[in-house]
Amino acid sequence: MSVLAIVPLNNGRPTKGGLEAASYAAAFAKDQGLEAIALVAGSIQTDGDLGATGVVRVLQCSDELTDSSQWTRLAAAAAQECGAKTVVLTHDHTGRAIGPRLAVRLNAGMVSGVTALPQAGAVRKNVFSGKAMADVEVSSEVVVYSVTPNAFGVRDGGSPAAVTAFSAEVGDAREQVTGFDPASADGQTPLPEAELVVSAGRGLKGPENWGIVEDLAKALGATTACSRPVSDIGWRPHHEHVGQTGITIRPNLYIAAGISGAIQHLAGVNQSKVIVVVNTDPEAPFFKAADYGIVGDAFEVLPRLTAAIKALDA
Amino acid sequence: MKILVCISQAPDTTSRIAFTDEGKTFDSSGVQYIVNPYDEWYALVRGIELKEAHGGTVTTMTVGGAVCDPVIRKALAIGADDAVRMDAEPTDAMQTAQLIASYAKDQAFDLILCGKETIDHNGSMVPAMIAEMLDWPFVALATHLEVEGNAATLKREAAGGIEHVKVNLPLVLSAAKGMAEQRIPNMRGIMSARSKALNVEQADGTAMSAVRQFSLPPEKGACKIIPADQAEELIRLLREEAKAI
Repeated sequence: MSVLAIVPLNNGRPTKGGLEAASYAAAFAKDQGLEAIALVAGSIQTDGDLGATGVVRVLQCSDELTDSSQWTRLAAAAAQECGAKTVVLTHDHTGRAIGPRLAVRLNAGMVSGVTALPQAGAVRKNVFSGKAMADVEVSSEVVVYSVTPNAFGVRDGGSPAAVTAFSAEVGDAREQVTGFDPASADGQTPLPEAELVVSAGRGLKGPENWGIVEDLAKALGATTACSRPVSDIGWRPHHEHVGQTGITIRPNLYIAAGISGAIQHLAGVNQSKVIVVVNTDPEAPFFKAADYGIVGDAFEVLPRLTAAIKALDA
Repeated sequence: MKILVCISQAPDTTSRIAFTDEGKTFDSSGVQYIVNPYDEWYALVRGIELKEAHGGTVTTMTVGGAVCDPVIRKALAIGADDAVRMDAEPTDAMQTAQLIASYAKDQAFDLILCGKETIDHNGSMVPAMIAEMLDWPFVALATHLEVEGNAATLKREAAGGIEHVKVNLPLVLSAAKGMAEQRIPNMRGIMSARSKALNVEQADGTAMSAVRQFSLPPEKGACKIIPADQAEELIRLLREEAKAI
């Protein structure tokens, strides 16, 4: 028996979410006295750093797969091959496409977006867009979990894993990928995976003023985000919108400038470990959810923060 | 084109979340229910736009009791042609997907559109489960959809950007922001929604999971205010106290 982690690759390396899924599988396997095995599709260098997360073996399918039903068949075959009763994915675009399909195929109960290891027969996840948590119990013999990005973290310290070739009958691809638009030219970490996020709202007064936000993000190595009104009026792209109806994130640090903190926005960010709010209005509701606050004008405060970080790094 | 749009009811985004029965039950007192935003703004509106461009029908699908009927009427007012409600109180995504798939499998739909997740359970599982049950292709987190004959061209969220995808119908997708713009129902839509068909169906489904306990996140401590003219101090605190950078 084993625990199987489904690890997506990006440019020949496991994604951070994939490493988190492997870390979760390895920690769970250790608790249960089992071994953790990772499944990848495509080419990787040595063990793709997966051994460090604690998995002992990597099953490698040489074909790169983008089709959710092909991935599902491959993962189901791998789960059968290694007698896995628990399969772990990352709760990103890959886990959302493959996980539920796999649960149906394996006749398994699934809990998506888990934030911690199962305890006393139940596993915790966020519900109501981060306004509450639920402990969910699964009654089936086989279980599928997808792990919320940035919730469990990447573990290291394990020994290199053995890589073995693996293949299965996966059927024809029905989804054909024809192109790709990168979200940013400068290679920012994608928002769901970002550990540091600098976000701004209507208080910035216009899209031409985003330079100070981008400068701070660049100095920190952070990813930029925005509030809903700002993406709705087209100042910033949709994929930057964090909040209840945009992306939910849980970075280590969330800096919000010129965002009042409507309940819908808070729902998308209140799982952040540290929240900093910069706002001219001392009554802005966001201060109640913040760890640190500066009552002041973003146009003055953000450049000062940028300069302070540069001074620190110098 | 025959389109099915899955819509769920969800507490209004401004709702205060509380639980009763020692954290076993969501406290719905005083809660206003709306059509789940991802289902309404993105999936339903894009379905209606495709019908307007290519002809066909838009049917909505909801799993739940009669308590869901007001949000179903709202979807009909926005422009869906008719509605189906699977009369059941499912406890998980698997059961919900089984109920939907058992209805959809004999109806020759070309497209099943879902929102990417509900804003209460945040499961994001039902759409892909339906796809597997029907053995159809599935596109997660779609931000764009065009249909030409039997071929759909889509964009979807992917690692570090947006991927372009081609898929033949029939297809299940989950819709994310960018797919369409919210529509406000007009008076004619609201009047005509009253007489549109809302068919109640029965089917079987088996749950494999259930919520044992809800809880609320711990209260935040007080916010530490730093004077604006000492903004540099914040950076020091973030590094030395919060260890966030």
